[in-house]
Amino acid sequence: MARLTPDNVEIALEIIGRYPRPKSALIPLLHLAQEQDGHVTDEAMAHIAELVGVSAAEVLGTASFYEMFKFEPVGRYMVNICTNISCQLMGGEELLEHAEHTLGIRPGQTTADGLFTIEDVECIAACTEAPCLQVNYRYFHRITNEEFDQLVADLRAGARNDIPAHGTLARVRQRIPVDRRAGVVTPEDTAQPVWLAGSQEAKS
Amino acid sequence: MSSTEVPRIITSRFDFDDSHTLARYEATGGYGALRKAIAMDPAAVAEEVRSASLLGRGGAGFPAGVKWGLAPAEVWPRYLVVNGDESEPGTYKDRLLMERDPHQLIEGVLLACYAIGCGQAFLYVRGEMALAQERIAAALNEAYAAGYVGRNILGSSFSVDVVLTWGAGAYIVGEETALIESLEGNRGMPRLKPPFFPAAKGLYMQPTIVNNVETLSNLPWIIDNGGAAFAALGAETSRGTRMFAVSGHVKNPGVFEVEYGVTTFRDLIYSPQYAGGIRDDNAIKAFIPGGASAPWFFEEHLDLPLEKVTVDRAGSMLGSGAIVVMDETTDAVKACLRVVRFFARESCGKCTPCREGTTWLEKILRRILDGYGRPSDLALLMDVCDNISPGIAWPPKQTTICPLGPSAVSPIASAIERFRDEFEARITQADENRTSVPVAFPKAVSHV
Repeated sequence: MARLTPDNVEIALEIIGRYPRPKSALIPLLHLAQEQDGHVTDEAMAHIAELVGVSAAEVLGTASFYEMFKFEPVGRYMVNICTNISCQLMGGEELLEHAEHTLGIRPGQTTADGLFTIEDVECIAACTEAPCLQVNYRYFHRITNEEFDQLVADLRAGARNDIPAHGTLARVRQRIPVDRRAGVVTPEDTAQPVWLAGSQEAKS
Repeated sequence: MSSTEVPRIITSRFDFDDSHTLARYEATGGYGALRKAIAMDPAAVAEEVRSASLLGRGGAGFPAGVKWGLAPAEVWPRYLVVNGDESEPGTYKDRLLMERDPHQLIEGVLLACYAIGCGQAFLYVRGEMALAQERIAAALNEAYAAGYVGRNILGSSFSVDVVLTWGAGAYIVGEETALIESLEGNRGMPRLKPPFFPAAKGLYMQPTIVNNVETLSNLPWIIDNGGAAFAALGAETSRGTRMFAVSGHVKNPGVFEVEYGVTTFRDLIYSPQYAGGIRDDNAIKAFIPGGASAPWFFEEHLDLPLEKVTVDRAGSMLGSGAIVVMDETTDAVKACLRVVRFFARESCGKCTPCREGTTWLEKILRRILDGYGRPSDLALLMDVCDNISPGIAWPPKQTTICPLGPSAVSPIASAIERFRDEFEARITQADENRTSVPVAFPKAVSHV
């Protein structure tokens, strides 16, 4: 726990290698840390700082701006209920209230068994399917109170293998084969792109 | 209106279950535009896009071809950044395009890089969109293996890496300079413009073109069919087709691709082939024509076409195509508070008028809704609005580095102006409950 595992360091180095400046990899690496531990630990941030060559404070400075990064343990399932305008019109606030009662927690809190955290979030981009929610960033559309309770029961029973634990986003990673790589272009690479040679664009 | 005969340009594969795969994309003509383009002069590809008069689909509606031309000549490298940080309340058309047709977007990215001469492209997807990230990662892996992306694309001298990158929850990162900050590994706070116009000084202070997902998704069709064919669709100032999301109190909410500039709000909200009318056949009270920043529209605006210039002149905007419909049962104060609360929560905190102003607007509206409103509160709300954006004009005057704060002002002002009675009733009720003293309201002042 905490520092990135050797496997994750390998992934981290591959990610860093895709950017002209290592610091650009910060957000993807913070997600990697959150995927590993469920939240972003101080040790992981210190490790990421070493990997990209900045201070741990700079890593925290960036990380703390973004709502998805959690610096304390949260539930295995992060339940994000949208109450923005389209969802509000269709009962999003009532759904949130129902969720609070069902789980016995307020937004930002985690159930005692460590399974659920709920959040009252801004638009999660499923406005025509209101009221909507995400569990670990997987969508659930037009949710009724009964469907919410069923979802909670299913998650408690471990019956939703399609939803990975909090921290995992995409389950497919980009992999650029070495023989197909065009290569990183840094600000120091000031040559004109070769395919523009002789083009009118190049002369303009 | 002949919307049924209009070709579906960007949603043409949405009906296939496997629309996100390379096999389906190739079987439906995919990467044909790339083959065609790399046999052309890059400048000719750029000219084809310019002739399409494609307006940027991210919200500002700036012509994409013109934007490309803003990069200073002979300054290399140039970067392409794809803005997939879609967070506008009321729409999710970019998410659909990323999830259901990622290859179309990738091909659009490649066409742009080829035409502009970008050495590397970064495809920035909103953090909360796990499936979109997954689909794009899978599509890029397929496209690299098939030789469409990377070194010597299709055996040509054109080489470019397309890197998938993603955010972590911040509406403001949809603003292009904030997105660049985020992509550099920083807090997503907008940069001052001038001097930091991305086309001149963007990612790593290099010329950078930032294009929206829907904008780029149009490029394969434009190269396949020609800019003139695209420009033949739609209205004079709004060409092609566009995706509009209709949500809220309608019978059949959805995201629809329609001919740009021709279809009216009434068509889109009431027509059976689109949103199908108001739920329970209620009367319409108001609708948001283009996202949270747009001043509200009402019944008298229903016959306006979904056309950029017309809507701008009528005092609002189409933004990113997010239409939110409120029926007669809607509590205007509550809806207004929710919009303001969004801006207050999403303010990055860099500029005082936005950070403080939106927060105070939320607090005042909250107390009105909770029954603690004061007779002076409506004037106070307008005064705070005026401090965030002097004159409460449209388009809003800027006191801040980016438009987020000033954007919060116009929707509230439009709601208060229209539904002043409702706001006053809330306050009168509150006051009667507490003091039983009749309330005298200051005279309504027009702030527009």
